[in-house]
Amino acid sequence: MSDALSTQVLVVGGGPGGYVAAIRAGQLGLKTVLVDADQLGGTCLIRGCIPSKALIHAASKFDALQQHVGEGALGIRLPQAPEFDLGGAVHWKNGIVQKLNGGVAGLLKKARVQVVSGWARFEDGKSCIVEGDGGTTTHIQAEHTIIATGSLPVELPGLPFGGNVLSSTDALALRALPKRLVVVGAGYIGMELGMAFRKMGAEVTVVEATDRMLPSYDADLVKPVRNWCRQHGMDIRFETKAVGYADGQLTVQTAAGEEQLACDKVLVTVGRRPNTQGWGLDRLVIDMNGPFIKVDDSCQTSMRGVWAIGDVVGEPMLAHKASAQGEMVAEIIAGQRRKFDPAAIPAVCFTEPEIAGAGLSPDEAHAAGLDVVVGNFPLAANGRALTMEAGESGFVRVTARRDNHLIVGVHAVGAHVSELTGAFVQAIEMGAVLEDLAGIIQVHPTMSESFHEAALAALGHAIHA
Amino acid sequence: MGIYTFKLPDIGEGIAEAEIAEWKIAVGDVVAEDQGIVDMLTDKAAVEIESPVGGTVKELCGEAGSMIAVGGPLVRIEVEGDGNTAVEDDGEPVETASSTAPADPETPVQIPTPAPQPAPAPAAAASQATPPATPTRQVSSGGLPRKAGEKPLASPAVRRRAQSLGIRLEYVPGSGPAGRITRQDLDAFVQGHQGAASPGAGRAAKPGVEEIRIIGLRRRIATAMQQAKQRIPHFAYVEEVDVTELEALRQHLNAQRRDDQAKLTMLPFLARALVIAVPEHPQVNARFDDEADVLHRYDALHIGIATQTPGGLVVPVMQHAEAKSLWDMAADIRRLAEAARSGKASREELTGSTLTITSLGAMGGIASTPVINAPEVGIIGVNKMVQRPMYLGGQLTPRLMMNLSSSFDHRIVDGWDAAALIQRIKGLLEHPATLFMEGEA
Ligand SMILES: Cc1cc2nc3c(=O)[nH]c(=O)nc-3n(C[C@H](O)[C@H](O)[C@H](O)COP(=O)(O)OP(=O)(O)OC[C@H]3O[C@@H](n4cnc5c(N)ncnc54)[C@H](O)[C@@H]3O)c2cc1C
Repeated sequence: MSDALSTQVLVVGGGPGGYVAAIRAGQLGLKTVLVDADQLGGTCLIRGCIPSKALIHAASKFDALQQHVGEGALGIRLPQAPEFDLGGAVHWKNGIVQKLNGGVAGLLKKARVQVVSGWARFEDGKSCIVEGDGGTTTHIQAEHTIIATGSLPVELPGLPFGGNVLSSTDALALRALPKRLVVVGAGYIGMELGMAFRKMGAEVTVVEATDRMLPSYDADLVKPVRNWCRQHGMDIRFETKAVGYADGQLTVQTAAGEEQLACDKVLVTVGRRPNTQGWGLDRLVIDMNGPFIKVDDSCQTSMRGVWAIGDVVGEPMLAHKASAQGEMVAEIIAGQRRKFDPAAIPAVCFTEPEIAGAGLSPDEAHAAGLDVVVGNFPLAANGRALTMEAGESGFVRVTARRDNHLIVGVHAVGAHVSELTGAFVQAIEMGAVLEDLAGIIQVHPTMSESFHEAALAALGHAIHA
Repeated sequence: MGIYTFKLPDIGEGIAEAEIAEWKIAVGDVVAEDQGIVDMLTDKAAVEIESPVGGTVKELCGEAGSMIAVGGPLVRIEVEGDGNTAVEDDGEPVETASSTAPADPETPVQIPTPAPQPAPAPAAAASQATPPATPTRQVSSGGLPRKAGEKPLASPAVRRRAQSLGIRLEYVPGSGPAGRITRQDLDAFVQGHQGAASPGAGRAAKPGVEEIRIIGLRRRIATAMQQAKQRIPHFAYVEEVDVTELEALRQHLNAQRRDDQAKLTMLPFLARALVIAVPEHPQVNARFDDEADVLHRYDALHIGIATQTPGGLVVPVMQHAEAKSLWDMAADIRRLAEAARSGKASREELTGSTLTITSLGAMGGIASTPVINAPEVGIIGVNKMVQRPMYLGGQLTPRLMMNLSSSFDHRIVDGWDAAALIQRIKGLLEHPATLFMEGEA
């Protein structure tokens, strides 16, 4: 069977970049077709953000329950130790994914976006052929194409995915808990998943080739995470390279030589690469920016009418950045004048404890030639944090220019701090100064109070610290 | 019988897509092999595309104004034999066509309609919604004046509004804390730039707005001009030239010209001056690839001749001016101008210039600021000849004066060098004999 469609907007890739672009284009009255080879929602929904956070939550809940066994805690005692069933957790996670996946389909339908299921191959910048299941092909002709093909996990040469060597996608679909897991790569995906598996009860070792964990955050922010690992018997080995896996042994190299680590699963999380292969990029006359597709500040590629968004155009490879770009491109195609010029793109690391931030850290501000003042407020001095057992070692940190007190960055580490990022990024986008934050009344008792107090600290007069 | 799908062939280096200017065939027509079927507009030229096969036209894959990607289908032709459109290649074309469009032979193809382009709200309408604010240029105590290159500070809503109005916030003073640009600051800036509308003098206002799609040559010109002006820091230099003697020579030569010779205008003389002066200033005879940071300098002088045509500005090229006599140049200029005006200039005739000259002819004004024909780095324009009183040897004398208005890419050409080149040209034009003293001047 062969079909043909012509449309104003063709979106290839149904991740948070592509499906948002398609919905917005549909809302604006543009005839829109969205193609995806997999389930709607992309990496983020199907094998990234949402599933990983679901399993992290299940793992954390199990870990918390264990505190109540025996002596108990907070006056709650469990007569018997809880049990963890990874299959059950994955089943529950799949339910969430399915629900959200159906939600995306509904939203697309409401916006009158036509969804074509199958792998798209470009013939040129304005047309592609989609091969669907069961041998159907659809030719799509478009005035505008939006490339939102996302990214894929990077493999290590000596450790190809398959068998007991897992990608993040495989790890999120495991049915049985590995007894001994080695995570290769201490970036955010590796640390998030590694810590979750530790909470579920696996023995977890992390090997990292450099001397740093979570390289996008500074040492102060990472320290509480390292402490947790130490306290929970998670072995982190720096300057250690994984080179091969055979017969339940992972071979690693250090300055001292080679060593074997016994483990039943190896999870490789050494980064993600843009998905630029197998769909005909070579047929488009498009400039590249290293491995990424090169775009200007309106996400236009070097070919007129061909746009690219999300992970495939570069860092930060984050879902919310992809969505923001998708929404913008749809509006530009509809004739609005827009530019991608966020003052900050916030990011969260769902480790234990969480790290969250937006804008420049003090070090980055110095590197950019700014003279800054920094205000720190410890969560140990925040009432709400204590009542939620979130008062350990965390803090909120505000970085502002010394001359005019403009907030240039806000960071935090601690339990639940991911939910504070809304306030952080809002302050930066609105161009708030320390005095603005100082002048805002926050609810008591909430963790938001520590944001207020951190601003006061930067002004030199914190009340509660 | 089979279907042959003819795809837009590669029509020039680096061209990814081209616009359909005009179909010369319709569905149902019988075409012969090598028959011209469509004019395609590239960035530079209209190119006639010929059919590689003979047969009956089944489908046109776009209408005038549509962009077709190189390699994308252009036309489907029913041919004797198998054609090239097998199932594994393009799907079944006949079925394809009928599945997208009604069987009506008048409208056999579904033609994509352009994205609706809501007219951007005129600045006036947008700012009426808010009460007129008095401009507050004063920076409050918290703020400091922005340093050069510092990013302007404004909330997302203010940034959006500025983008939609096409205003760069770099130019808008901010009165908020830390120099933040408030909504009022932007409103005040918009109003300040609108000028006070004069109250009606008893005549009817005309509220109509005509929407004109900018396509074809005008779209090329628009894009090229915008890119040239946005990317190239233009530096303008205007100088006057006493062309009394040159004009006398021109008239003399024209009076003697043979029938097979084209009439001499000022342009061949200017071209001649360039042939002599440019090798002394080689940096102006170049094309600048600013993405690769490479300047291509040429020994040859290929002069672009900016020419007004009914469709808009076109720049045909006089190749190898350095090897041409004055009369050859005059003939070339006439031939190129005619080709450009009738839309017959070939792609070769419209590409590859290394330096452009422009003339507004008899309308030429006192001075102009020509826009560089990117990726070149200079353009020289002649203004209108006028008789003016000049002091010469202490005497007030009528002289024939003509201004040269030039622009240069200031990234490549320094002001001093530009001035030196123009002064050299002035010297040559004011002493016309030196134009012909090859090797001696
Ligand atoms: C384990 C993990 C955890 C993560 N956690 C977070 C997090 O907490 N927060 C966050 O912001 N980000 C997170 N990310 C990153 C986030 O998932 C990505 O940044 C985001 O999904 C990128 O969106 P996208 O639309 O660019 O591409 P993707 O989500 O990768 O979507 C691309 C889609 O295109 C489809 N596709 C590609 N090529 C074709 C083709 N030729 N034809 C048809 N379909 C095609 C693919 O099937 C896929 O569905 C995480 C990623 C992983 C792996």
